[in-house]
Amino acid sequence: MMIESQEVASQRMSPTRPMYWSIRREIWENRSIYAAPVVTACIMLFGFFISLFTLPHRINAAMAGGAGKLHGVIEMPYDMTAGLILVTSFLVGVFYCLDALYGERRDRSILFWKSLPVSDRTTVFAKAAIPLVVLPLLSYALILVTQLLILILSTIALLGSRAHLAALYDKLKFFQLSAALLYAIVVIALWHAPVYCWLLLVSGWAKRATFLWAVMPFLAIGLFVRIAFGTSAFFTFLGNRLTGWFHKAFLVPVKGAPHLDPLASLTPGNLLTAPELWFGLIFAAMCVAATVCLRRYREPI
Amino acid sequence: MVCIEARGLRKTFGGTTALDGVDLHVEEGRILGIIGPNGAGKSTALHAILGLTPYEGELSVLGRDPWSERDQLMRDVSFIADVAVMPRGMRVSQALEYMDGVHPRFDREKAEGFLAKTDIRHTSKVRELSKGMVTQLHLALVMAIDARLLVLDEPTLGLDILYRKQFYDSLLNDYFDGSRTIIVTTHQIDEIQDVLTDVMFINQGRVVMECGMGDFESRYVEVMVRPENLAAARSFKPMHERQVFGRSILLFDRANRDELSAIGDIRTPGIADLFVAVMGNQGAVQ
Repeated sequence: MMIESQEVASQRMSPTRPMYWSIRREIWENRSIYAAPVVTACIMLFGFFISLFTLPHRINAAMAGGAGKLHGVIEMPYDMTAGLILVTSFLVGVFYCLDALYGERRDRSILFWKSLPVSDRTTVFAKAAIPLVVLPLLSYALILVTQLLILILSTIALLGSRAHLAALYDKLKFFQLSAALLYAIVVIALWHAPVYCWLLLVSGWAKRATFLWAVMPFLAIGLFVRIAFGTSAFFTFLGNRLTGWFHKAFLVPVKGAPHLDPLASLTPGNLLTAPELWFGLIFAAMCVAATVCLRRYREPI
Repeated sequence: MVCIEARGLRKTFGGTTALDGVDLHVEEGRILGIIGPNGAGKSTALHAILGLTPYEGELSVLGRDPWSERDQLMRDVSFIADVAVMPRGMRVSQALEYMDGVHPRFDREKAEGFLAKTDIRHTSKVRELSKGMVTQLHLALVMAIDARLLVLDEPTLGLDILYRKQFYDSLLNDYFDGSRTIIVTTHQIDEIQDVLTDVMFINQGRVVMECGMGDFESRYVEVMVRPENLAAARSFKPMHERQVFGRSILLFDRANRDELSAIGDIRTPGIADLFVAVMGNQGAVQ
C-alpha cells in the first residue's frame, strides 16, 4: 500500500503537470483568448455568406479579366479570414500579456497562486506560452475550420455551374495554402516573441498604467531620434518588428507577375539568416528571465 | 520535531524596519497565535516563513530554506492570506480541478465533502459568492491538503461572527489532528484564545512576549480590586491597571494568587487584556 501510494504521488508530481494546469487556468481566466478569434471568424463567415449571392457574378467578371483576377476573387476570402483572425489574435495576445502579471498583483490573487507548489518559472513560462504557443495553434485551427466552411459554402453556391466549380477547384490550392499558413503562423510567433515578452516584463514590473509603460519608452526614443538626428530609423525599426516577418519569410509578390504557387513563395533560408530574428529571440529570452525574477520579488499592489 | 526555527530574522523596506531580529521556535503540533498592532511586522514574518519575501538572518521551515525552496516547501505548507485572494474569475469546479492538478497532496473528495456542508454551488464563479462563502471555499480547499504547516493571515477579516466561529470550529474539528502546525494572526484575539496552544506578541518588528497557553493561565492573573484595597494591591506591582464601572482591574505577572485573592476577585485575563497591558507599557517606555 505504502509503495503504491508513493508511486501514485510521484506520478502526480511529473514536472509537466503544473505547466499543463497553469496553462489551463490562464485560459479559464482569460476567455478572450478563444472568444475574440471565434467572434472574428463568425463575423467573417457571416460576411462571406452574404457575399455568396454575388459570387457567380464576380467569377464571371473575373474570368473575362484574366487568370490573375480570377485568382484574386477566389483566394481573397481565404486570405482575409487568415489575416483578420491573426490580427485579432495579435491584439488578444498584447492585452493578455499586459495584464498577465499585473492583474494577479492588483487583485491580490498572486497570494493564492503562490500558496501552491508551482514555481515562478512554471507560472511565467505558462503565461508566455499563451501568446507564443496557445494563441497561434488556436488561430491555426480556427482559420482552417473557417476556410473549410467557406469552401463548402462556395461549393454549394456554385453547384449550378460546372465552369464555376472547375475554376474554384483549379485555382484554389487549399492544402498548399494551409501548409503555407502554418509556416506563416510559426514565423509570426517567433518574430513577435520579443514584443509579447517585453509586455510580460512590463506587466510584472509596473505598478500602474502598464500600456503606457510598455509603449511610451519606444515612442520617446523614436521622437528623440527623429528630432535629434532627423531620421525615422527607430520608427522603421519598430515597424519592422511588427510586419517585417513578411519580407523575410515570403517572396514579396510583384505587381503583374504570374501568380505563384503558395508553397513556392516561402523563403525560410532568408528568414533564418535574418539577424533581426535572432536578436529578437535573445531579447525575448532575457525578458522572460527577468520576468521570472520579478515575480519572485513582487508583492501585491 | 521543529517546524519553524528562526534566528535574528530581519527585514527592512527602504527606511522602515519591518522585522528587527525576531527569534522564533515552533514545534510541530502547536497552534501559535501571533498578535500585534497594525504594521507590527506580523504579515512580513509570515511572508518570510512562506518564502514570499527575502530576509536577513536564519530561517528554516520544515527543514527547508523558504526563499530558495518555496515551490518544494509549498507541498507541505498551506496558506490563507485573507478572504480577498481567491481568483475571482474562476468557477468552484475549476478551482477543485486546478488544485487536484497541481497539488500532490490535495484530496478532491475531501474538499467536495467539506463543500457539500455549505451552500456553495460548483458552477458558481468566485466573484458571485459572498465574502463568507469565499472563505468557506478557501478553507475547504486548504483543509483537503494534507499539509504539515498551515499559515493563516487574518483569515476571518470582515466576516460576521457566525462565519468566524464556524471557521475555527471546522479547523479544530475537521483539520487539526495534533501533528499539524497552525500559525494564525488576527485582530479578533479573544475568539481564538481557546484555540491556541501558544501566543506571541509582536510590536515594531520585535517579539515582546511569548508563552504557552498553559503558562499563560498560571502566570497572569487579573484582580478586580475594591477601592479601599487599591493601595495594597498596587504594592504588588501590577503591570497594568484599568478602570471598569468605577472599579479597578489590575493585571499581575507571576504574582502570589493567595495574597491577591484576599484583596479582590481574581481571574485569568483575556489575551486582549494582556495585549493592551503589554502594548501600553511598550508605549510608556518610548
